[in-house]
Amino acid sequence: MLTLSGISKHFGGLQVLEDVSLTVPEHGIFGLIGPNGAGKTTVFNLISGLLVPSAGTIDWAGRRLDGMAPFRITRSGIARTFQNIRVFREMTLIENVLVAMGDHSRDNVFRLILPLSRFRDVEQREEKTARELLSRVGLADKARLLAGTLSYGEQRRLELARALATEPKLLLLDEPAAGMNAVEKQHLMNEVTRLDESGLSILIIEHDMRFIMGLCEQVAVLNFGRLIARGTPDEIRANPEVVEAYLGRDDEPGSASGANLP
Amino acid sequence: MLAQQLVNAISLGGVYALFALGFTLVFGVLNVVNLAHGAIFMLGAYAALQAVIHLRLPLLASALVAMLITGVAGWLLDRLIFAPLRTRRAPHLAPMIATIGLAISLNSLVQGFFGAENLRFPVDALLAEGLSIAGVQITWLELRIIFLAFVLMAALLWGLKKTRIGCALRGLAESPKAAALMGVDVEGLFRMTSVIAAALGGVAGVLIALYTNAVFPQMGQPMLHKGIAVVILGGMGDIRGALLGGFFLGFAEVLSVAYVGSTMRDAVAFGLLFVILLFRPEGLFGKSAQRRA
Amino acid sequence: MEWLESFWATYSTLVLSVGTNVLLALSIYLTLACGLLTVANAAFMGLGAYTAGLLTINTGTPFLLALLLGALVPALVALIIGRPTLRLSGVYLAMATLAFGEVVRIVILNAENLTGGALGLNGIPQLTGWFEVMSAVSFTLYILLRLARSRVGRAMAAIRQDEIATELMGLNVRSYKLFVFVFGAALAGLAGALNAHFTFFISPNEYGFERGVEILAMGVLGGSGSPWGAVIGGLLITLLPELLRGLGHYRPLINGVILIVIILYAPRGIWELTRYVRFPTRTPTAN
Repeated sequence: MLTLSGISKHFGGLQVLEDVSLTVPEHGIFGLIGPNGAGKTTVFNLISGLLVPSAGTIDWAGRRLDGMAPFRITRSGIARTFQNIRVFREMTLIENVLVAMGDHSRDNVFRLILPLSRFRDVEQREEKTARELLSRVGLADKARLLAGTLSYGEQRRLELARALATEPKLLLLDEPAAGMNAVEKQHLMNEVTRLDESGLSILIIEHDMRFIMGLCEQVAVLNFGRLIARGTPDEIRANPEVVEAYLGRDDEPGSASGANLP
Repeated sequence: MLAQQLVNAISLGGVYALFALGFTLVFGVLNVVNLAHGAIFMLGAYAALQAVIHLRLPLLASALVAMLITGVAGWLLDRLIFAPLRTRRAPHLAPMIATIGLAISLNSLVQGFFGAENLRFPVDALLAEGLSIAGVQITWLELRIIFLAFVLMAALLWGLKKTRIGCALRGLAESPKAAALMGVDVEGLFRMTSVIAAALGGVAGVLIALYTNAVFPQMGQPMLHKGIAVVILGGMGDIRGALLGGFFLGFAEVLSVAYVGSTMRDAVAFGLLFVILLFRPEGLFGKSAQRRA
Repeated sequence: MEWLESFWATYSTLVLSVGTNVLLALSIYLTLACGLLTVANAAFMGLGAYTAGLLTINTGTPFLLALLLGALVPALVALIIGRPTLRLSGVYLAMATLAFGEVVRIVILNAENLTGGALGLNGIPQLTGWFEVMSAVSFTLYILLRLARSRVGRAMAAIRQDEIATELMGLNVRSYKLFVFVFGAALAGLAGALNAHFTFFISPNEYGFERGVEILAMGVLGGSGSPWGAVIGGLLITLLPELLRGLGHYRPLINGVILIVIILYAPRGIWELTRYVRFPTRTPTAN
């Protein structure tokens, strides 16, 4: 269970988040929505440790996350994808996944002195798992291509596979459907549902309302750095404050950017 | 005694500030750490020296010749190295490495043409004489150095503040994208910045050559290091910071020579730089600039 | 075997230089492969050279031990300054290491009682032979090749491409950086120690800016794609001035031009070029 209590964040004089308290349950799919610039990605950056909150605490499975190094947060079971895709473009897909895999705390240079045969054993086992992850997101046939050659949607799927390779308990997806076509979106929804069934807890930022409303059990709405609503998709749809924040318009899939001006 | 040190510090600091201005301008506008700035500085000194010796020009005119030649060098630098790297959107370390290559090439070429030995300006005996005001000695040469340094600094500051081009430049430093959207000729401004910066570096070379009465191929190297120290001190890309930093270093050096001794002087400067980088990379006077890198 | 002897008599210095320069190229390859531009390698080389040279001259330390310490002392210094320095990124890191290198050079220059100051250190026993250099190069190359193909190498490539994404994959980016920085310093120190024991004489100015640029040129020419690139870079930068005899005096010019040309036309270094020559197109099939 992830708990944000009274989180504020400001950059100099600019207040980005103000007193945000939020609990992401141990299971299920949780949505975080809001107009552009509402501070959604900042929430992700705070959870994953890239930013330190100006006030408030973040607790995860009995541990304080705020102030913890990002790589330790990942090792504690929180993985994420990025709004602006960050795959390793000059590496093959399988290498991308391999980077994220395995027990990093046991990485050390002295393993290099290990006899070559054992070294190769470990490598082969890891490669097999990496292939399975790639086939889960439908990229197995491209495993040996450079990630930079993939299409936008494929890169997002690769990011998902890479995040899963860290064996997370909580998955943060930052606009996972952006730039995907309808078919890819449907695949993604299926995959997210399957991940949910496997027991993962998932927190999604997304502009595509159909995507969010179709998947999430709980949705929270951010506007100008404040949490203005929280509830089931139906409750959110009926909330007048939310409707106002979105200029009274429902987002149609594919037209996300235009309708999301604050 | 202190007043005398003050005069020395002002003339030395003025030259440092002039050099650092060019360096910081290129960083602020082009987002490039130009490690060839020291070599251009050296080029300026040699250009002026040749003008004095072969064209028999007076000092002031030869300083103008140096600015012209280093200005052309700045134009070429942008045209041949920075511009191609810009169009390719090369990572920001690329131009830095290329300018390291340029610096060492220029040093080597100048050494090949003019030899490694120390050359001197045939300075008039008159200029070495000076005034004595309230016990403070100041030579005509120092007066000219201070005059030229301050006139150029004032001109640059005025230009940046009051002219349209200056406004465009400051806008460009803030956000190249926005400037391009507003119809500013971004490429032209980049090139002009490189020219102005190089000319400032070149004239600083002339002034320091006069001040220390020494022109040699490696003279740009310690100056580059000092320039880096100044610019880090003042905050990378910060114009006012470069001015303050230049004078700060001038004072620090003059005082440490006077009261500590000259042997470890440079180590003190670089040690200071190193410590500042570790604890306040945004500079002593600067705003936070760490993330701009 | 006579021709071998005469070859050795003429070219021994060149062969040994190639060896130590390859070590230096590998030392900067390590940091470049992580996307770090640190320009203190010349200073670490100097630290190693002075450490080992002073030991063999003054205390009669066995050569192998002196070499070891010549690698360890710079590594230790790198460990101490690495933690705070590596928090800096990009150009700030480059400038901090530049300043650090300058501090080292000036300290060596001014510690006259110990180092002989600007006059240099004379009379270092000529103990370095082809065997030492060959073993050092081949052992280092073996380790680095395995490193490049292992998880560590993959992590380094990932850090080079996207530091933040790598960190968020659960990798301790800082400790990887510290590792390559310290390892690189040790290699540069070893190269310095070996070099000092065949040049007989060392002085602080050998470890200044020009040497730093030469090392950088080897690394950039080779590229960060593979340790083999660094080997090629080291070879070429050492041999080029020999091949272009008339230009011997312009050695720094050659290094400088190489840096500019590589950055402008082959930013990934010469190793990547050879790869593209061999595989002009990547076939899009799973192997």
